[in-house]
Amino acid sequence: MKSPATMSALSAAPVRPTAPANAVLAAHANRMRRDVVRMAHAAGCGHPGGPLGLAEIFSVLYFERMALDPAQAGHPDRDRLVLSNGHCCAILYTALARRGFFPVEELHTFRKFGSHLQGHPHLGALPGIEMSTGSLGNGVSVAAGMALAHKLDGRAARVYAITSDGENQEGQPWEMATSAVHYGLDNLTLVLDWNGIQIDGRTADVMDTGDLAAKWRAFGWHVEEVDGHDLGALRAAFDAAEAETGRPSLIAARTTIGKGVSFMEDTSAFHGKAPNDAEAVLALGELGDPAPERLDHGDRTLWLD
Amino acid sequence: MQKQATREAYGTALERLGHTRSDVVVLDADLSGSTKTAVFAKSFPDRFLNMGVAEANMIGHAAGLALCGKTVFASSFAMFAAGKAWEQIRQSVCVPRLDVKIVASHAGVTVGEDGASHQALEDLACMRVLPNMTVVVPADGPQTEAAVAAIAAYDGPCYLRVSRASTRILEGGPPFELGKARELRHGEDLALIACGVEVAECLDAAEALAGEGIRCTVLDVHTLKPLDEAAVVAVARRCGSVMTVEEHQVIGGLGEAVAAAVARAGGGVPMRLHGMQGTFGQTGPAEVLLAHYRLDAPGIAAEAREFLEGLA
Repeated sequence: MKSPATMSALSAAPVRPTAPANAVLAAHANRMRRDVVRMAHAAGCGHPGGPLGLAEIFSVLYFERMALDPAQAGHPDRDRLVLSNGHCCAILYTALARRGFFPVEELHTFRKFGSHLQGHPHLGALPGIEMSTGSLGNGVSVAAGMALAHKLDGRAARVYAITSDGENQEGQPWEMATSAVHYGLDNLTLVLDWNGIQIDGRTADVMDTGDLAAKWRAFGWHVEEVDGHDLGALRAAFDAAEAETGRPSLIAARTTIGKGVSFMEDTSAFHGKAPNDAEAVLALGELGDPAPERLDHGDRTLWLD
Repeated sequence: MQKQATREAYGTALERLGHTRSDVVVLDADLSGSTKTAVFAKSFPDRFLNMGVAEANMIGHAAGLALCGKTVFASSFAMFAAGKAWEQIRQSVCVPRLDVKIVASHAGVTVGEDGASHQALEDLACMRVLPNMTVVVPADGPQTEAAVAAIAAYDGPCYLRVSRASTRILEGGPPFELGKARELRHGEDLALIACGVEVAECLDAAEALAGEGIRCTVLDVHTLKPLDEAAVVAVARRCGSVMTVEEHQVIGGLGEAVAAAVARAGGGVPMRLHGMQGTFGQTGPAEVLLAHYRLDAPGIAAEAREFLEGLA
């Protein structure tokens, strides 16, 4: 018999952060972008483009929306997030570190041997990681399974998952699109990172996924189509998703891959490639890093401002 | 002689488990009448979730439910569970080591008339190779009921293979214990090592061979992984020759598991791996197919004679 060991020892359920101003969320987004650039450069490989495009979405989720308590990372009533496009984990790692789940100084170990920050999220490696992901298509079904568990148990916690237009080329998300409506998972919010870019090029050229908002709507989902960098619009979309009853919600977020770094924007060049030294300095400069020329990422002071 | 399909016993055991374990949730992919999860569904409709014809999504849901504290049983035919959803079983169940039990019915040629597309003969290889996975193939109904209870008590991924066809209920033998092989007949000339429906066939073959002066040990290796290497090596040494028998490809199944164990212990024991020799199945009644592939008692006895004659 399984006994959730911590259950009786737990204090109150995690609560959502007190509503921060959009300026605060913008500052978090910018700070996380600088982390992403440093992490990718330190690793010498990885996927910086997608995470840069997800900064506002993660800022809203981790600093405004989700009920979390780093001191009780396993609390059964916490909100959960599954990063189904696991290759974008740099943004998840920085969000978790900045939210207090582990020390920010650890971010520079990303993708290194022995690091907790594996190239794709690994369950148990770090507190706050809710599922191992990386193989596209898998995570969305797991998130739906969590939402279903909450329904069975009568828990109010919400489940979030991030998917991408590239991932929507897989078949599994569409199996989930069907079943989540069948089971009325209104506690599930899926965010579509809709940037039109995949590793091999423009999605329209590689495998055109068409009007994804219309497709999810046709499957019976409540769909909010928003600018994925507009904090106010994102907050309103999450509000609308929470207010929806009887069916799951998709926030179709139009994003720009590489957002915030001019030469990484809207190109597949940095989907799966780290910046070199010159590019990293340039990128950090554009993001307002106080010491963009400092690439000795192991110095903890670089992460503490 | 009492007969029962192991899938029937699975249905009974699962329903029984539902009464004592409120954390048990059962998923199926539109085959609940055949896999017998429908028995659980009838008693516990709120904890039964039909995921439709979508096995990959079903396994993902099983993982999500397990992450929220459920012990999940997910069933389909072996072909679609271990085959179609292999990647989800690897990524979403075995990598994070979640408490998900995949119970797959309709494995092997005893599926019968549905033919090659439905006769999973590679599932044990696919499951054995996965880190963190426990693999169990019970020999009869009572063993299946014990196996269901055992895997439910174990916290981690399991694959339980059950059959469509009715098989004889075996009498005697040690009780089921996960990871412990059961010696059902003692002999010193040849060790017949089998799992699933082949255990009863081996017992019958051993009886026939005894009439010719060939004394066989019959070892029921219901847990393929982790393998009871000590028991396997002990009977191999005692008998000096081993024939494995399985309703599965000889590549990657019970035979190779036993061979590896014997080799690790120093080898030196002649072996014959009997099973599907690199072909797919075909349509026909289960008993006809077993005879065709020499996986019934007379076929096994014939294989054993040829094997021993070759050694002489």
